[in-house]
Amino acid sequence: MCGIVGLLVKNPALRNQLGALMVPMLVGMTERGPDSAGLAVYTTPVSERHHKLSLYSGENAVDWSELLSRIAADFAHSHEITAQGNHAVLISAADPDLLMAWFARNAPMVAVLSVGQSIDLYKDVGAPADIADRYAFKSLRGSHLVGHTRMATESAVTPAHAHPFTAGRDFCLVHNGSLSNPHLVRKRLEPLGIEFETDNDTEAACRFFEWRLREGDDLKTAVQRGFSELDGFYTFLMGTDQELLIVRDAFACKPAVVAETDDYVAIASEFRSLAHLPNISHATLFEPKPEEIYSWRI
Amino acid sequence: MANLRPLLRRSEFDLAHDSLRDLNLYLHKQAAQDGVSQIEVKNPDGAHSIACGLDADLDVQIHGHVGYYVAGMNKHASVTVHGNAGPGAAENMMSGRVHIRGFASTAAGASAHGGLLIIDGDASLRCGISLKGADIVVGGSVGSFSAFMAQAGRIVICGDAEDALGDSLYEAVIYVRGKVRSLGADARFEPMTDADRTALKALLAQSGLAHDPAEFRRVASAKSLYHWHADADQEY
Repeated sequence: MCGIVGLLVKNPALRNQLGALMVPMLVGMTERGPDSAGLAVYTTPVSERHHKLSLYSGENAVDWSELLSRIAADFAHSHEITAQGNHAVLISAADPDLLMAWFARNAPMVAVLSVGQSIDLYKDVGAPADIADRYAFKSLRGSHLVGHTRMATESAVTPAHAHPFTAGRDFCLVHNGSLSNPHLVRKRLEPLGIEFETDNDTEAACRFFEWRLREGDDLKTAVQRGFSELDGFYTFLMGTDQELLIVRDAFACKPAVVAETDDYVAIASEFRSLAHLPNISHATLFEPKPEEIYSWRI
Repeated sequence: MANLRPLLRRSEFDLAHDSLRDLNLYLHKQAAQDGVSQIEVKNPDGAHSIACGLDADLDVQIHGHVGYYVAGMNKHASVTVHGNAGPGAAENMMSGRVHIRGFASTAAGASAHGGLLIIDGDASLRCGISLKGADIVVGGSVGSFSAFMAQAGRIVICGDAEDALGDSLYEAVIYVRGKVRSLGADARFEPMTDADRTALKALLAQSGLAHDPAEFRRVASAKSLYHWHADADQEY
């Protein structure tokens, strides 16, 4: 069992409250996912020349300013880093692929959680409320977000196995359910040069969709292909810098409720995570139908 | 001088302040002792298992949306949800009446043995799965695999049905008014008899629906799965 939450604010005035509106949603899903939690938030994009990398050091103490000077010594580009405990966001004009390779070689204790121009990514083990406090989720601002609370059923409880999963640029996915053919998907993708970081079933779906996006599909087309490629139970919630998308498998065993008003679209596994939202009594409420794709753009 | 007015036989819980456990304990034990028969519940806010396991002649009115298993295992009581219900509404109901004024999520009325479940809106997938004798009336449409392996009871669908309606039905009967995307294995359309029309008319009347029974079709088991066929194609 897991909990998913998603929020996209249509009214730009609410962007400053994105995190504050979301935290009770995430905490409301604690019973569905008490062992880890994570969140991808899409913010105002950095300039075209720059990328953002969300970095995570887990239990390793990292001197982020020292790390920044080591990066600056190897890359003749502008960089800045904003750190909060074991999490940091690096904004850099360097090629993000080269930066990722640099981290793997020079700072293996630092995990690159996401790469893009809008996405910031946080994930960790522990109770959702503790994680929300740890990374000050309440103060997050942005246009939309994708969150998850995890109750592990098929692989270990580690930060790397927590959701959201990311691949490519500004793409993330969370999953409630379990896939039965992740190894087949992986066997198909690995010969194409696609590398996996974990043995988690959700990562296979995430990399499958991102591969299709790079091959020229739009997100809906990629998800449509997933109906025949991904076997198992799922409610997937995905984010790109422009879009929030939800889809459930043909059996719709994993719940989801959508609440839409003029100001926002909010999604959660259960209504109890939506009950606190402003004007919820006037929201249009519905459950996504199986194998129907619902998406909203910012 | 004795107070000639009847005692207040109504009680109110606000789940924004009162605990769900206190509410359910009250419904199970205290309400009958206090002679209270009508209970209002405010701010359910999607909580699970509200008014579960009731076993008394109570009228519970829930104002808002509820989560999993509302009125599960209900016996005797009448539970009305003025909102939507999460998965498993009235699952395993034994008797009484459960009324969902909005829509119901998956597996509404699952395995219910008796009583009447009314859903004004749509019901999601697997409505009435393994039904064991209760009646379900859905004002809207139902999702796929509804009435799967339903053994006894009746399901009235005023709207449409998605795929595999009545798959592996036993003795339960389905009355459907709208389109059926597909019937499940061993389910078939059968002619409506006078007895069907009479039964359906009564169910619609109990549910406050004015549809003409003549607009409905009957779906029941062809009973071809009742016995093992050694020669049948065993590929799945």
